[in-house]
Amino acid sequence: MQARRFSRLSDTDPALSIRDAAFSWAGGFGIEIANFDLKPRERVLLLGPSGGGKSTFLNLVAGITTPSRGRIDVLGTDITGLRGSRIDRFRVDSFGIVFQMFNLLPWLSAIDNVLVPLRFSRLRRKRAGDARGEAARLLGALGIDTTLFDQRASTLSVGQQQRVAAARALIGGPGIILADEPTSALDRTNARAFLDLLTAELEKADSALLMVSHDETLADRFDRTVRLDDIARVTGKVAA
Amino acid sequence: MSLLRLALLSLWNRRLTAILTILGIALSVTLFLSVEKLRTGARESFANTISGTDLIVGARAGDVQLLLYSVFRIGDATNNVTWDSYQDIAGRKEVDWIVPISLGDSHRGYRVVGTTTGFFDHYRYRRDTGLRFAAGQPFDDLFDTVVGADVAAALGYKVDDRIIVSHGTGRGSGAEHDDKPFRVAGILAKTGTPVDRAVYVGLEAIEAIHVDWQGGGRVEGLRIPAERVRNIDLTPKTVTAALVGLKSRITTFRFQRYVNEYEAEPLTAILPGVALSNLWSLVGVAERALSAVSLMVIVTALLGLVTTLLASLQERRREMAILRANGASPRTVSALLTAESGLITLAGAALGLGLLYLLLFTLQPVLDARFGIYLKIDAPSLRDCAILGIVIAAGIAAGLIPAWRAYRRSLADGMSIRS
Repeated sequence: MQARRFSRLSDTDPALSIRDAAFSWAGGFGIEIANFDLKPRERVLLLGPSGGGKSTFLNLVAGITTPSRGRIDVLGTDITGLRGSRIDRFRVDSFGIVFQMFNLLPWLSAIDNVLVPLRFSRLRRKRAGDARGEAARLLGALGIDTTLFDQRASTLSVGQQQRVAAARALIGGPGIILADEPTSALDRTNARAFLDLLTAELEKADSALLMVSHDETLADRFDRTVRLDDIARVTGKVAA
Repeated sequence: MSLLRLALLSLWNRRLTAILTILGIALSVTLFLSVEKLRTGARESFANTISGTDLIVGARAGDVQLLLYSVFRIGDATNNVTWDSYQDIAGRKEVDWIVPISLGDSHRGYRVVGTTTGFFDHYRYRRDTGLRFAAGQPFDDLFDTVVGADVAAALGYKVDDRIIVSHGTGRGSGAEHDDKPFRVAGILAKTGTPVDRAVYVGLEAIEAIHVDWQGGGRVEGLRIPAERVRNIDLTPKTVTAALVGLKSRITTFRFQRYVNEYEAEPLTAILPGVALSNLWSLVGVAERALSAVSLMVIVTALLGLVTTLLASLQERRREMAILRANGASPRTVSALLTAESGLITLAGAALGLGLLYLLLFTLQPVLDARFGIYLKIDAPSLRDCAILGIVIAAGIAAGLIPAWRAYRRSLADGMSIRS
């Protein structure tokens, strides 16, 4: 656990901090983010309607798009200065990402899907230790039956797929889990069960969670709720 | 989990399209290589239509023309060689053997060749293969004949059948040497050369059937029956051409010059090999056209590969976005796609090569027997290897186009793809 301690920040430094960042698409519209902070191990729900710039927000945070101005610090590193393969490495080292749906490579088994980030991140590979054992532990903790571990991901139900995706995001303890409407394909009961399992594992992995959703009823599962409207402004045309 | 394994698993997931693409490339490769094989096989078989003969002597003519009528029996000689000159040349000390060829008659569309039994001993094709008899033996009697394999097969002749020779070379010219029928003494084995498509009689037999003829028809009132012909002097006055074998090949050019500068009458001597390659260069246009067509087949298959890859890219956008979100660099994603197209073309090329040899082994005897094209089964030529290399390189290059698109799009797609 030495490595984990070494790569973690103190509780007071933010896991993620955005200062006056802006980005505009070629189409003319853009987004401006005044201020946003995410503390280590904090669980934040980011509320916003569809097409409110949520995707652009997440792309900026994950370093997929580069802001035209401002500063974005992730785990103590200014990612606006990272280029090329370094940002790809940094992304997989620092983030576990869960999409709305279709998270998995359908032709890989559930457990192999969980192992994908370790293929690209030496840091998380080291933290995970026994990779297959850790993947199996996470799958088990998230309620996936052992008999499903070696089944192709395409044969799993949507709920099972989302939990496999959560295990993949958590493996090797990345500092931040980014989740883009991960529960929108699930019914209410399953959505809550998913969040409960995720929350329990977040604590073990020492990871913060930034989850984007339009569903306000999930707010009680988070430390804090932020409305996208309050921290960001969409400029130009109506965002897609 | 290695990149190669990821590529293989992803490919396996789309195995039906992958297999179809591999088959498409394999078939194009097979087609191209077999056309190449046929082309070189045909050229070699053609170049080996006649071998072992050092010179062909005829009246003054172009070398291709002399080759055409003396060996391929296409067209007619404008002039003949007198028997005196023939005898003179035959008597030269450089000459090992000489075989006369006398043309002008036909049998049901096949040329009748007046010659000596030396023809069966000295004619060689395909390097050093001699003529063999499938049935019977060389002509012995004045009215004996030997027929080529195609003639026997087409007209259903057996040994001891009676046949009648027509005057002239036009089909059904009407003038028949029907008073002097011939007996089939032998049938030659198939050679795949023009030898198969001719009827052979003795040089004297040509004289014998024409003793009571003058020019294009019978002399009115003159009938010399077959029995009485045997008592007449049947020494020919002319021959059409002669195949000459020399004692030493070193003397070939000197002897050729001697014949070309022959004083008594204008003669031409040609080297069969040189004349054959001159003739081949005339038909070489068709050969090149064939090459061009098969090259286009390869290009089409590669275009198909790019199309398939681009189409699969659409359904794999998701896959690319997932890999990107989990740390795969654009370079890794591109490498995955190029590895895939490389694997597909490699498999296609290997399968195509396998198919080629399968075809060669099954079709070689048939091609030899039916078309006289002998295909040697050997390792792929340098040219074949170069083509295979180009195909594989082009396949990998083809993968670069979708890879480049994926590179750009997976970046733009980011985390936002929802389907």
